[in-house]
Amino acid sequence: MRLAVALAAIALIAAAPPTRRVAVALPDAEGLLPERYSVSSEAANNNCLACHSAAMITAQPRLTRVQWGETIAKMRNVYGAPIDPADDKAILDWLVAD
Amino acid sequence: MLTRRTLIASALAAPAAAQVDLGFADNGMRPTTRAFPQKGEMILQRSTPPLLETPLSVFDANDFTPNDRFFVRWHYPFPLQIDPAKHRLRIAGHVAKPLSLSLADLARLPRVAIAAVNQCAGNGRGLFSPRVAGAQWANGAMGNALWEGVRLKDVLALAGVKAGAVAVRCGGLDTPLVDNAPDFEKSLPIDHALSDDVLIAWSMNGTALPLLNGFPLRLVVPGWYSTYWVKMLDAIEVLAKPDDGYWMAKAYLQPANALADIAPGAPAGPRVPVTTMRPRALVTNIASGTKLPARALTPIQGVALGGDHGVTSVELSADAGRSWVPAQLGPDHGRYSFRRFRGALALAPGRHLILARAKNAAGVEQPLGQNWNPSGYNRAGIEPVAVEII
Ligand code: HEC
Repeated sequence: MRLAVALAAIALIAAAPPTRRVAVALPDAEGLLPERYSVSSEAANNNCLACHSAAMITAQPRLTRVQWGETIAKMRNVYGAPIDPADDKAILDWLVAD
Repeated sequence: MLTRRTLIASALAAPAAAQVDLGFADNGMRPTTRAFPQKGEMILQRSTPPLLETPLSVFDANDFTPNDRFFVRWHYPFPLQIDPAKHRLRIAGHVAKPLSLSLADLARLPRVAIAAVNQCAGNGRGLFSPRVAGAQWANGAMGNALWEGVRLKDVLALAGVKAGAVAVRCGGLDTPLVDNAPDFEKSLPIDHALSDDVLIAWSMNGTALPLLNGFPLRLVVPGWYSTYWVKMLDAIEVLAKPDDGYWMAKAYLQPANALADIAPGAPAGPRVPVTTMRPRALVTNIASGTKLPARALTPIQGVALGGDHGVTSVELSADAGRSWVPAQLGPDHGRYSFRRFRGALALAPGRHLILARAKNAAGVEQPLGQNWNPSGYNRAGIEPVAVEII
């Protein structure tokens, strides 16, 4: 009921475009990736957190080393991530130490 | 106050902050957050660029998803300050007269309002089995709103689309951090861009779009997945040849069959861009895994979408689909809108799997099994809800 009324009212008003400036702030990101079973997260922290926060990685399901390798390649080749190939092994070691 | 420390703690799975269990086979706990501007309590999938999911309880209570609970999905950074008086929408490419329009210019065109579901192509990806990489959404990467603005076709008419146009490419103010990454741009086939239902909207449920949902303008493509609903829209380019940009030609592709379905591990085969949504029904009053007291009839309610056609029925089953009872449909806000449903099942003490399936006006019905593809798109099967009656 309430919705039907709201709908009709809105259709009549026909909202004008906004004129007021909007300025917002975003909260801080999740911070650094933690060490896992004594495997250092340093290489992952250095290479993976510039474009998206840590949860992009910690929220993933358990992926195989091959799948994570493909992800690193995609980040490098598609999204232009400047990941030093010399760091791949250390990043992968951490990603699968789960 | 949400401090950096509490955010770290919650995102990295310390028990203190409010957590929700999204019901994934693995790694399904997520913190909730109230720290995002113009947003109430949301499920935090990622803070930068933000991925915020709507809790299922919000759909249980509303036909129209409140703006402050509407899901958020960005690929790239975007401006945090926008002056709508200075915002311009450029129309260029294969047109007679390139234009740069202010919001006041747009406001002179006929105004249109349409109720439509906005759903991420990856909604429900976290429930895929086997699991796939990407944003790990449960089913809250969707929402329904009343969108208001002007028709894309009226804006294109001002610029004069030239003969031979094949597509219309749209881009927003979001930009990759790294120069050589592909700008986020999506295109609609020209016939679709010139259809009546595609809008350039500045209003959502009667007020300005929240910044995180695309202030001051976004494309509204009813019946199509959210990836086309370009946010902070500032550029429209009419193309005389197909869009070969990354986000059309390489990303958001699905196996070329109606359900986007292949066997896990099978070769991907031919792929096409994800476009139209499928009918879906979701039970919203009972979380899977809940224990409920025995009663003559257990009430079941939820929300359904019809995809690119209206919802015509929702049916319920507790016997693995051998028999179905119809649910009652709530108010009809138009073919692209959510339609809520309410019904009841006689459930004896013990464990049950409740099934709800939607059917749309084109006769498309939700399948019993789930479809699967390696990108986690177009999840369309029935979502069973486990209950135990005690
Ligand atoms: C130069 C930017 C950049 C860097 C550095 C980067 N990513 Fe990404 N990543 C992206 C973008 C862009 C996306 C896709 C857009 C989105 O999902 O928001 C993405 C998506 C992902 C996804 C989702 C799955 C997919 O295939 O899209 C995963 C997982 C991921 N990144 C992991 C990583 C890991 C691990 C690293 C470090 C080894 C990394 N990223 C470094 C930009 C980057």
